[in-house]
Amino acid sequence: MNVVTNNKWIGQRTIRPDGMDKVTGRAQFAADTNMPGMIWGKVLRSPHPHARIKSINTAKAEALPGVKAVVTARDIVDFPIANGAVMLGIQDMRWMCRNVMAREKVLFPGHPVAAVAATSEAIAAEACALIEVDYEVLPWAIEIEDAIKPDAPILHEFNKFEGKVSNIAGRLENKKGDIAEGFKKADLVIERTFTTRPVHQGYIEPHACLISVAPDGKTTIWSSSQGQFMVRAMTAYLTGIPQSDIRAIPAEIGGGFGGKTIVYLEPLATLLAKKSGRPVKMVMTREEVMRATGPTSGSKSTVKIGVTKDGKIVAAHGTFYLQAGAFPGSPIRGAAGCSFTPYDIPHLLSEGYDVCSNRSKVAAYRAPGAPIGAYAVECVLDELAEALKMDPLDFRLKNAAKEGTKAAHGPVFPRIGYIETIEAAKASDHYKAPLGKLQGRGVASGFWFNAGGESSAQVNITEDGNVVVTTGHPDIGGSRAGIANICAELLGIDYRRVSVIIGDTQTIGFSNLTGGSRVLFASSIVVTQSTEKIIHTLRERAAKIWEIDPEAVKWEDGAAHPVSPNAGQFPPLTLKDLAEKAPAMGGPIGAGVQLNTQGADGGFGTHICDVEVDVDLGIARVIRYTAVQDVGRAIHPGYVEGQLQGGVAQGIGWALNEEYIYTKEGKVDNPGFLDYRMPVCSDLPMIDCIMVEVPNPKHPQGVKGVGEVPLVPVMAAVSNAIYNALGKRFYSLPMSPPKVLEVIDAPAPRQAAE
Amino acid sequence: MTELRYLAPNSLDEAVSAFAAAGSAGRILAGGTDLLVQMRAGVVKPGLIVDIKKIAEMTAIEETADGGFRIGAAVSGMALHDHAKFGKVWPGVLEAVNLIGSKQVQGRASAGGNLCNGSPAGDSVPAMVAAGAIVTVQGPNGRREMPVEQVPAGPGRTNFKPGEILVSFTLPPRPKGSSDAYLRMIPRTEMDIAVVGLGVSLTLKDGVCTAARVGLGAVAPTVLLVEAASKALIGSKLDDAALNAAAAACSAACRPIDDKRGTIAYRTKVAGVLLKRTTAIAAQRAKRN
Amino acid sequence: MAKVHVSTTINGEPMEFLCEPNDTMLDALRGPLGLTGSKEGCASGDCGACSITLDDHLVCSCLMLAVESTGHEIRTIEGMAKGDQLHPLQQKFLEMAALQCGICTSGMLVASDALLKRNPKPSEEEVRFWLAGNLCRCTGYDKIVRAVMDTAAEMRAQ
Repeated sequence: MNVVTNNKWIGQRTIRPDGMDKVTGRAQFAADTNMPGMIWGKVLRSPHPHARIKSINTAKAEALPGVKAVVTARDIVDFPIANGAVMLGIQDMRWMCRNVMAREKVLFPGHPVAAVAATSEAIAAEACALIEVDYEVLPWAIEIEDAIKPDAPILHEFNKFEGKVSNIAGRLENKKGDIAEGFKKADLVIERTFTTRPVHQGYIEPHACLISVAPDGKTTIWSSSQGQFMVRAMTAYLTGIPQSDIRAIPAEIGGGFGGKTIVYLEPLATLLAKKSGRPVKMVMTREEVMRATGPTSGSKSTVKIGVTKDGKIVAAHGTFYLQAGAFPGSPIRGAAGCSFTPYDIPHLLSEGYDVCSNRSKVAAYRAPGAPIGAYAVECVLDELAEALKMDPLDFRLKNAAKEGTKAAHGPVFPRIGYIETIEAAKASDHYKAPLGKLQGRGVASGFWFNAGGESSAQVNITEDGNVVVTTGHPDIGGSRAGIANICAELLGIDYRRVSVIIGDTQTIGFSNLTGGSRVLFASSIVVTQSTEKIIHTLRERAAKIWEIDPEAVKWEDGAAHPVSPNAGQFPPLTLKDLAEKAPAMGGPIGAGVQLNTQGADGGFGTHICDVEVDVDLGIARVIRYTAVQDVGRAIHPGYVEGQLQGGVAQGIGWALNEEYIYTKEGKVDNPGFLDYRMPVCSDLPMIDCIMVEVPNPKHPQGVKGVGEVPLVPVMAAVSNAIYNALGKRFYSLPMSPPKVLEVIDAPAPRQAAE
Repeated sequence: MTELRYLAPNSLDEAVSAFAAAGSAGRILAGGTDLLVQMRAGVVKPGLIVDIKKIAEMTAIEETADGGFRIGAAVSGMALHDHAKFGKVWPGVLEAVNLIGSKQVQGRASAGGNLCNGSPAGDSVPAMVAAGAIVTVQGPNGRREMPVEQVPAGPGRTNFKPGEILVSFTLPPRPKGSSDAYLRMIPRTEMDIAVVGLGVSLTLKDGVCTAARVGLGAVAPTVLLVEAASKALIGSKLDDAALNAAAAACSAACRPIDDKRGTIAYRTKVAGVLLKRTTAIAAQRAKRN
Repeated sequence: MAKVHVSTTINGEPMEFLCEPNDTMLDALRGPLGLTGSKEGCASGDCGACSITLDDHLVCSCLMLAVESTGHEIRTIEGMAKGDQLHPLQQKFLEMAALQCGICTSGMLVASDALLKRNPKPSEEEVRFWLAGNLCRCTGYDKIVRAVMDTAAEMRAQ
């Protein structure tokens, strides 16, 4: 494939197509629309962390004036546990059907038990309070330690691990060589254990949907999600309505970060709409979002790395326990698969354990699992570098994965840009800048798989010679801008003549969800191929007009030209000219392509973080930050930087102040933005980005996924910086002021190094 | 569902009689930045809301005859900030009021609401206590005054009698060489509830501290007036020994809880740290007056 | 509950609506008034996505009762542009990629506008502390702060 290097539009900071609506308040998010006759849905949620549901009586709720429908688990399609897994992407429908509404048991406070639709939100809420649920309260366990103890309360009696009923739902490993042999060769071995708390994706827009079901079952879903095809499929599975009868329209989405790659409300609202015959709107409150939608896993990781005295890593062993919450499915693949991947390690064992416990089911969060694993590994690497008296970046350089390195999770790396990120970090002004009193600097690297996957696009030329591109993925990062840049570049026309829209499940072909840093990668492949087909058609039509061979026609700067003066002296035929002639020349000019895109490669980043610590109050503040990343090709630099900066900000929150706090009764104690402490504007410095471009040779424009890598190195970078400032290491997150002060004040013994 | 009535009277008498008549179903609305959150959470379900913002006395900022200030109970943080003189005379009270919430919240939130909400962590209260503010209250039995530190009765409760409405804060005239300061410890840089809040108001004459009051918040069921800290400061030149003693007095006065915002040990230590820092700022400001 | 009739002024135009006595101004804007540009992120005054101005004071619309708007001037994001003429802040946000998902953008713009009206020459620190009540999860705030400061400089130059 040709890597396009012409940069009239590619690489330019164009205005995003959806921007005008967003700055004027016109953009339609899921909670912004209304339909005539619309009523409101509310969910009744479990007050208990763990209980058997003995009975549910909805009679009083149904009798309340204004109530139009009530739904319980009986109305939702069952996926019996005994029948085995039914997979939709990475989600098992047996868990999904129980997550959207509890069946036999409630497994966390906030677990939906019933739903009501009524003529006002207040009436729906009142009706929920009238539903009588008879619970048999059971003992519960939330933290990993508590869930894996021998006498732990068991969430799923059918689940066995190593022959015993257990809350451990699964294990995976990535292996290379023989670690026993490898550690024998090490001159220095360091083993450390790290814990992290669950943290929420923190999107500012709560989940919302508006759903209408006609008497013939034709269903229209308008919702905030990272995948309208996922919404259609999940809703079809859980309600029994055929997919072809469901039109799932993606609203503008107010943040997702992985947390909106599953459904919570849509199946419930669909059933309420079906039963009541009215469109039903459901919007979560912030409290519902925090209690009942997946944060990511809390974790306990043990990492052991052995090096020779000249700094070569010879062996590594990582054990990562991740909290899955109420149902199996924590991101152990990311933790085990990504944490060691930036390094060429001959002997490696990386194990992940999936632990169920009585909190909400985990949902994907930006490079799921990888930030947790990288936190542990990158902190141990920092200790090793210090013990070896090596600069931490040089230490990474010495062990860096490169083209030909075999990663433990399987692939052999093609041309990658990891070394370039380390070198750029070393060469940066930041890395050379002096530090003041009580200031420290830390570095860390990270890797994420990135995905390709199915994508569909339709490119059509309008009658007036402009372009409409329809793609299939919700835009959470600025992909519409990137697509417009690419399409304009290929056609050689002004960017403003290209309109990019996101189709719904009935107007565009199947496209996998927005996640895995894949949208621009995948959609630009199909848009490119569609546009190339159009260019082929345009050349053919020009050739017909000029009565020459299509091979003698080239497309350049928005027009067809003869390839050389020998081919003929014809004035160019522009897109507008050919569009006008289209009806007489064979019809509309357009093309669509659907593919399961291949060639996505992982991404690498290296970060530098400076902190300043107030040692009397234990407050660490990030005062300078530089994120270096191999971005492949920055189609729209502003939005690539935006991904880096956003990921860094989330990581700083995760490192310093974000955590789920539970009461003694097992409920979330901080289900709001007041006490779930995400970074505010005054908490952060400017976040500098260095974009290293090593184009992906398997992509027409050299694109690599960029969105998830930025979160991976951050917590370790911050932790290593605090160590550099204070001379004290931290082995748990968040490094909030009381914890920092405790470490500063106490002469805590360090964990043993061999 | 409870029927809710909203009233916005123009006179204090009207407000008092409606509020008194409503009994426990009545709530006063100034900025609403606590009340509306509590209503949305279902913690409070009022039958009558009395909006006091149309009552002139409630929103006025006046200099009193003896050179002090009288601030209406419903004066917002922004309005206090925009007053030409107040912040120069009472920078600590001003900064305390303007640490409540965000800029949006400061556009509405009032010292009166902050006090009456009864949170042990309310930012304005330690500064008002340090300032020696006197509150004026009006109820069915008429008007009375009390020192601000006597108002909080416990988390969410005041010592007002049924039907009484807070009318204003009166701050005393400032002798030469006086100023105040307020600091709080929060984990982020903004938007958090104080883990510890501390206000100091003092007077310096020829480098010697002749008067001092210390208000300490978020470390006990009510905001504390730490007299032992004052005693340690008064008569000293704010040297290390005096500051250490005052800091120790603040730590000793703490009766905090472990909660999602801080631990007992942490709060106790931070109270001492804040005393020193706040006193230093107040002293620096006082030297300029 | 019987509904209340409210008369107020929104973006310079007289408006009337019916609402419940306990509806917030945000409920009224997004409901009977159909002005959905102000967003609900938390309903507790912690995120700023619902920011509006009340008599030129920056406030959270989720923290005032709709009935309180009687006799006052409310301004929302919908009133920031004049016809098809964007406010300089809106234009700058677009040019500098100071938005991604857009859910915080309405509140950020209203808050930034309120800042520049009070302080035409804010420092970076002043911008950051002024916007502390507007949460953003996508951008890390960097480009937003730059856009506000660049706009301030441009507006001063005019």
